Amino acid sequence: MSRLTAGVPPRVLVMLAVLLALLVAAPALLGGYGLSVLILVLYFAYVGQAWNIMMGFAGQLSLGHALYAGLGGYAAAGLYFHYGIGPWAGVVAAVAAAVVAGGIVGYLGFRFSLAGVYFALLTIAFAEFTRIGFDNWEWAGGSGGLFLKVERNVLDIANLRGGPVLFYYVILILAVGCFVLCRVLLESKLGRYWLAIREDAEAAQAVGVPVLRCKMLAVTISAALTAVAGVWNGFYYNNLFPETAFGISRSIEITLSPIIGGLGTLFGPFVGAIVLTGMGEIFTDLSDWLHIAGIKQIFYGLALLVIVMYRPAGVWPWLARRLGVEERRS
Amino acid sequence: MTSDFLLALAQAIAKGLLTGMVYGLMALGLSVIFGVMRVVNFAHGEMMVVGMYLAWAAFSYAEVTPLISLPLIALLFFALGYLLQRGLISPFINRPEHQQFLLLLAIATLLANGALAIAGPDSRVVQLDSQFDSYEVGPLVFDAVRVHAAVAALAIAALLWLFFTRTRTGKAIRAAADNHMGALVVGLDVRRLYAFTFGVGAACVGAAGALMITIVPVTPFLAAEYTLLAFIIVIVGGLGSMTGALLGGLLIGVSEAVAGLLLQPSLKSMFSFGLLIVVLLLRPQGLLGRKDAR
Amino acid sequence: MGAPLPLRHALAQASANLKVALLLPTSGALALIGQACKRGADVANDVLAEVGVPAKLDIVNYDTETKADQARTQAEKAIQAGAHVLVGAFDSGQTIAIAQVAEQKGVPLIVNIAAAPPITESGYKFIVRNFPTAPQLLASGFGMQKEIFKASGVTPKTAVLLCLNDTIGATYVGAIKANWAKLDMPYQLLDIITYDAAVKDLSVEVAKAKATKAELLLPICKLNDGKLMFQELVKQRWEPMIINPGGPATYEQDFIKPLGKYSEFAISMVPWVDPKRPMTKVLEKYHAARFPNDQFDLDAGFTFEAMLIAAHAWLAAKSTKPDALMDALRKIKIDDHVIIGGPIEFDAKGQNPNIKIAALENFNRKPLVVLPAASADGQLVFPPPGWNDKRRT
Repeated sequence: MSRLTAGVPPRVLVMLAVLLALLVAAPALLGGYGLSVLILVLYFAYVGQAWNIMMGFAGQLSLGHALYAGLGGYAAAGLYFHYGIGPWAGVVAAVAAAVVAGGIVGYLGFRFSLAGVYFALLTIAFAEFTRIGFDNWEWAGGSGGLFLKVERNVLDIANLRGGPVLFYYVILILAVGCFVLCRVLLESKLGRYWLAIREDAEAAQAVGVPVLRCKMLAVTISAALTAVAGVWNGFYYNNLFPETAFGISRSIEITLSPIIGGLGTLFGPFVGAIVLTGMGEIFTDLSDWLHIAGIKQIFYGLALLVIVMYRPAGVWPWLARRLGVEERRS
Repeated sequence: MTSDFLLALAQAIAKGLLTGMVYGLMALGLSVIFGVMRVVNFAHGEMMVVGMYLAWAAFSYAEVTPLISLPLIALLFFALGYLLQRGLISPFINRPEHQQFLLLLAIATLLANGALAIAGPDSRVVQLDSQFDSYEVGPLVFDAVRVHAAVAALAIAALLWLFFTRTRTGKAIRAAADNHMGALVVGLDVRRLYAFTFGVGAACVGAAGALMITIVPVTPFLAAEYTLLAFIIVIVGGLGSMTGALLGGLLIGVSEAVAGLLLQPSLKSMFSFGLLIVVLLLRPQGLLGRKDAR
Repeated sequence: MGAPLPLRHALAQASANLKVALLLPTSGALALIGQACKRGADVANDVLAEVGVPAKLDIVNYDTETKADQARTQAEKAIQAGAHVLVGAFDSGQTIAIAQVAEQKGVPLIVNIAAAPPITESGYKFIVRNFPTAPQLLASGFGMQKEIFKASGVTPKTAVLLCLNDTIGATYVGAIKANWAKLDMPYQLLDIITYDAAVKDLSVEVAKAKATKAELLLPICKLNDGKLMFQELVKQRWEPMIINPGGPATYEQDFIKPLGKYSEFAISMVPWVDPKRPMTKVLEKYHAARFPNDQFDLDAGFTFEAMLIAAHAWLAAKSTKPDALMDALRKIKIDDHVIIGGPIEFDAKGQNPNIKIAALENFNRKPLVVLPAASADGQLVFPPPGWNDKRRT
């Protein structure tokens, strides 16, 4: 615990504690609508943090992360649908599938020295390839989709059957857990290697940093965490379609929170998720009011434009400076 | 291998070549932009869709066929591309990829949803008089509209080739692409060149859009797949190589058609993505790209 | 309902009408259909007033943006704003997301259009669906095909299915494969050719279909690929008999207008508004008055019926309490409505079993009902004339 909090000013710890308390108490404080929005925020914060490990920490731009979420979701949901295997066991299969996929993508990318745009395109190609594959795979329901049975007024934690509150706490635990995990990783030797690789991979290689291994770890950890998000997603919405599970808009969605919030930071994805989801809801209200369909996405696009032009490092680093709680880069 | 099947195969290849020509023109724009500036234009498909809408509007409201409105649209896109580059994109050239990606994603969102707000979600079609005509060469049937579009695309590509090899600006752009530092040393105004390049790339895309609308109906949601398709073609054909982009277009057009014939048609695109993966791994500079062009 | 959210909430508290939340994809990929559905709801109150149903509905519109997570949050928002009944949402994924919210909060959901079976097979207690499931659509549609063969005296011996591989298409193909023997069709199905949704050109697929030499083409397509398909049929000079066995597109304005004379005589099997029913005529009148440039079709018809159902349930329950409303919905029987078929009622799973499929044929750029005879306002022409036949104008 002391290693975790080493170097963090007490002020920040207190703020984090207060935030955590608020989040834990949220279901009692918010109505159904507010809770559903907060659930979305935490989901994007979690999955964004998972993506952040690969991009922000190891510097690999993945635009096909939906591949892992989709594989995870389908693995667990498929097992539950066909064999009644609950999600707590299903998640193991989900993570395994994602780790294999991530391993393949990562290995191919690194072995063939693909960087930047080329690597991003490779990730897109894999996700699309898988999407079409699932579109034609009967076991997973094909493009007709996979539907899970829903029960009312049932609290079955073992099978994740229950109301929004259950899913809220699960995603809260996942998000907080991921946050802590990232902190631990950043402070560790692996984290320092990642920093070295990000700054200058060739120099790092020259001084003996095991570059390939570190990059592979980044990809597989990121993939594994994303798969868990996919499982959660599958059981929350109770239906999966290849188009929405593996589609490129899903992949792009995953990247928005951490990029807007602040790449490579711990708190960035959470802040980014709040900004994006909050903006989304405000714009929805605005477009209802204005009676023009699709105006929300235009506002959204404008907001993205403004943020990337004036706060390219993300909203959180700027906010943190203002609040005096900058994250110390190890 | 029955003669029926061989005929179907030949037909598919012919069709693929024609469609591939227009794909190639679309990808040319991307190749020019990426080859010279290393900017990944994630708004490429959206730009083409806007081009398609403009051509459709000219046809529907002013009775001007796309082949005539094409030069105007290309010119307009050139101007807009130039301004976009000078105004918005220029500061991002040396910034990290994810920021470029976000910038162009924002532009793409604005373009696609602007089109949705203005033109509505209905799909729009240009119905030319020659829509259902075809040329018959022996047992093969060539769709008239596609033939015209392919010829136009080829003509535009030829013009571009002349531009890049015969004009001073064209040669300067190629020089800047080959060797950025060298170009600066020699005194080329790289900023102006980049803007010009983006303009040229945009003009290609606009022209491709004017041609594409004669073949395919347009909706605002078409854009994402065209962006992806353009990237696949450019990677397969080779970045920075004009012939590569055209060749890539032809290859993808034909492979889609043949894959559709041999495999289940719904697996057609899977084949294209598989091809992309293989090319990325085995020959990332593409078929005609140069090894050091990355 | 143009006021911002908090004001809307206050207004809602004030009135004593039934609050109906209408969740539709009015933006995003399904915007076209979402907006068409909305038009049916926009004129609902006028029609109800004219036909003498003494209920006024406060209809509030929510946009699902064709996304399940948006559908879910908007459903939560609607319930929090005091909606008594939810109506929606055309797309199966979004409808299920809304159904879960409805189920958890115990607010009735009336499904206007959505064909995926799981919606009424997953054990939801707070849902009723006034639309056939995909298997029902197909069984009824294929049965109607036999009526066409009987009425025209022409029966094809072979057929080929050319189908879009998306949610609807895959469900249909699955249902067809599973029930082929039961459907007992007089022709042999030579092949099922599917294509990916992101298709830009269908020449290969149509060539493949043509190569089977089948007499009957059964297309299941959406608007874009449908247009491409028909253009290819003309270009490749293939003139099979054509019956759309239950998919969308071939009866829609956005298909008919661009294809012009080539869209004439296309036959579609769909649930449809009954042109002979008095209430339909009233609905059509108000729709034409308010939206003169838009086609009046099943989207508007079913969405209006959902409002009709909500109104009747409210009158029967005499209360806006959800349990009372749900109870009234389960027991409902409405004889006077707009869609072709028997009275509106719901079975134990919440499914309406009485909706009949009609056979539509395009004449003079409009889809007219040709069968069942009782609701027909057009005369069946089968098999269709060739592409260059004089009868096509």
